[in-house]
Formats: sequence, C-alpha cells, structure tokens
Amino acid sequence: MLILTCPCCGVTAEETEFHGGGEAHLTRHGPDSDDDQFHDYLFMRENPRGVHFERWRHVYGCGKWFHAARDTVTLEVFGTYPAQTTEPPQHIREAISARRPGWSWRGLS
Amino acid sequence: MSEPVSALGGLRYEGFVRVEELPPRGMVTLRGDLGSEGLRRAVRDLTGLDVPDAGGVSQGAEHAVAWMSPDELLLLMPHAAAPEAVTQLQAALAGEHAMAVEVSDARAMFRLTGSGVREVVAKLAPVDMSRAAFRPGMIRRTRVAQVAAALWMPEEDCVELVCFRSVAAYVFGLLKVSAAKGGEVGAGY
Ligand SMILES: [Zn+2]
Repeated sequence: MLILTCPCCGVTAEETEFHGGGEAHLTRHGPDSDDDQFHDYLFMRENPRGVHFERWRHVYGCGKWFHAARDTVTLEVFGTYPAQTTEPPQHIREAISARRPGWSWRGLS
Repeated sequence: MSEPVSALGGLRYEGFVRVEELPPRGMVTLRGDLGSEGLRRAVRDLTGLDVPDAGGVSQGAEHAVAWMSPDELLLLMPHAAAPEAVTQLQAALAGEHAMAVEVSDARAMFRLTGSGVREVVAKLAPVDMSRAAFRPGMIRRTRVAQVAAALWMPEEDCVELVCFRSVAAYVFGLLKVSAAKGGEVGAGY
C-alpha cells in the first residue's frame, strides 16, 4: 500500500485519499517551442522501476497539490514536498541517496 | 419564507451505534489567509472562537470553527444565522483577499453516538481511528467509501460527519451498514 503524507496539511493516509497527477517537474513547452520539444512534453514520460518523482493531489483532504519522491517497485516514499518548485529540494535528494545510492532520474542524481 | 428541511428528514438508525441525520445547520466556508489578524479577529467576533491550528476544530455552544485546509475554514452556526454571518464577514474582511460563502444547503450532517463509533468510521474511511491518533478537537477531511466527507468528535463516543447533500442518502446507507448489529469488529479502539 502506498502511504503518503501531505506536506500542506500534515495528514498521512493511504493513496485512496489522494489522486495521482502524473510525472513531476515537466517543462511545459508552449507556443514558442519547436515541434520536438512540444512532442516530448506531450508524450515522453519516464516509467522507471525504482526512484520516481510525481505530482499528487490531496483530493479528499485539503485539496492541495504537492510532489512526492517514491520507489515504484517497493512503494517506499522518500519524501513529499511543496508543489511550488521546479525541481526536488536538496533534502529530498539526500533522503533518496541514503536509501538508493547511485540513483538517477532524467538529469537528476 | 419556506421551512428549511434536511436532506433525509432526520432519518435515524439504531445499530450497535446510533446514526441520525441532523437538522439543517448553518455553514459558511471562509477562505483567506488564516494567519492574518483581520481574518482571525473577524472569526472571533462572529463566533467567539479562535481560528484552530491545522487539523483542529474549535467548538462553542452554538458555533464551531473547523480547519479545512491551509486557506479554508468551515464555520458552523444555527441555520438562520448563516446569511447574516456572511454579510458580517464580508464587511469585516473588505479589502482583504478573502471569501465567505454560505454553504448550509449544500451539505448534510450526521451524528454517530455509542461506544463503537470509532469502528463505524474506521470501516469506511482511510483514517487511523485509534484513541492515540484521533481525538476530540481534531477534524479530518477524508472519504467515506466513494465520497468526500469531513468528520470530528465533539466528545468521546460521538462523531459528527458532514458530506454533500446530494450524497446524503448514500452516506446514510454506508453508516447504516457499518453500524449494523452483528457487524462489530471488536478492534479495541
Ligand atoms: Zn493535505
């Protein structure tokens, strides 16, 4: 069971109280981008076994969006963090490194 | 003026806990900066209660103030007082980035009473209902089966639950099944 803690209201619950919002930290290429960038933004998603970054919404709770770093195989959650960031904060990366040395995800490690 | 009626006309069910639909209650959603002195004063002037900390509910004789999210409160009051409460809040918060809306008639409210109330809720919601985790004075927004609800304990052995009026019959049915005699789990809450 996937258990998440909402960083906005502090509630810890299993995933049915939340709703997944897909991959985190996408660059939303718009009208000034070229076709390849727009194609990648629309269609290309990571689908890792292991460390992954996602957006979640506390849909039955406080209603807020947040980010989660977790392992897609074990459902271990390395941490949750606010939505108002374009990349995972340092303490989250360190928490992942402590549990999964050598991890990488897109350009991050 | 027509008489306000609750969604289910005050239905009751006696299982291993009592389930009852409560009469119409005044409810106002207040959104804004919960840390601002203006908002806190407006809430205090209206209800006589302080803005609760995250996850809390303050209760008075006629009013309650429930923390719904980092920028949202639910104010409970007598049904007839809600329209005037909105006017008063809007006047008090003029110039602030805040919004007060009456939602009384969008909601249904239930009360569970009896020593097994924690079990009745635990069967329906992904909430740790143990005494150590959930206590009177706390509020939890969650789901009961497939619909959104918020619940709190005015005191031990009592739960009040609010949901959307459109799903009142569904929620009453859930509570009935969960509270049916013979359905005690004996989880030891
Ligand atoms: Zn939340």
